Amino acid sequence: MHRTKVRIVEDALDANNTIAQANRADFDRAGVTVVNFMSAPGAGKTSLLERVVGDVPGVRIGVLEGDVQGSMDAERLAGLHVPVTQLNTDPSFGGECHLDANMVRSALPELPLGEIDMLVIENVGNLVCPAEFKVGEDARVMVSAVTEGEDKPLKYPLMFRTCDLVLVNKIDLLAHLDYDLDRFLYNVDQVNPGAERLLVSASTGEGIEAWRDWLSVLAARSREGAIA
Amino acid sequence: MHELSLSGAVLNTVVKHAGARPVSLVSLRVGRLRQVVPDTLEFYFEFVARGTVCEGARLELEIIEATLRCEECDRGWEIEIPAFRCPTCGGAEVAVASGNEFEVESIEVEETACIAQK
Repeated sequence: MHRTKVRIVEDALDANNTIAQANRADFDRAGVTVVNFMSAPGAGKTSLLERVVGDVPGVRIGVLEGDVQGSMDAERLAGLHVPVTQLNTDPSFGGECHLDANMVRSALPELPLGEIDMLVIENVGNLVCPAEFKVGEDARVMVSAVTEGEDKPLKYPLMFRTCDLVLVNKIDLLAHLDYDLDRFLYNVDQVNPGAERLLVSASTGEGIEAWRDWLSVLAARSREGAIA
Repeated sequence: MHELSLSGAVLNTVVKHAGARPVSLVSLRVGRLRQVVPDTLEFYFEFVARGTVCEGARLELEIIEATLRCEECDRGWEIEIPAFRCPTCGGAEVAVASGNEFEVESIEVEETACIAQK
């Protein structure tokens, strides 16, 4: 018996990325634009989806709900009469804290791709792991609530760096918080120069029009094949 | 928990290349921008490797510093904090020259002599 060194030089996430590309190709073929929607738990992802999913002109939106357990979010959205598919991560190792490309692949047969123009994949609430795993998305959107503090871009740069849009939610609470919005926006710009930002409140509806427009523009750009 | 997810990805990559051969050492190249805590990754790797060809394998990490290059003024620099704007011209078109690595560089496997040689 002897030891041999084997040179590999392979990105440990290659396997995931390959499956993500296959997902993306399947979504493209079906003409479906895919958004990977991420945030910390409780930032307001589901509430922000409730505000827009049935209401983007000319864009039929479906939702893939990723949760460790339960289907509360899926039930909330199904009440709006949009197609919702639940994906629980708990049958695997202890309940994964994120969705990966393979989990999304396993849900493909259940997705009504022929009936929708856009699929929003609501990832598991977590600012760390979801950033590492592509699932086959055209765009990444994250929510950061003002209750989380203005230092979050610096603490979770991987997440903030890889997203195309940051929704700053719960701005109706600004008056009650010691939160420096300018500082937060500066931190976002440091970590991800050029990232789009929208100030919104799922609770009062402020900024929701702009969020809806953003999705509408994304769908249009995707239809024209303008997204790399 | 980030390290738990990543250690699973490392394990899958190694197992793919090792086949049935027991693995004694896994060498990784990890960029600073990956926010990996080496001790935590080692801890989880030991855990996920149990019952596989990687059981008991040592994990060796080479940390790669984060360096950026401004595509507007061509300045190159190393960063300690996640600030991605060019400090010289303020440009936003900044490329990561190094620091995003998360790769299995090599493994050390135990080869058993093949039957023909016995």
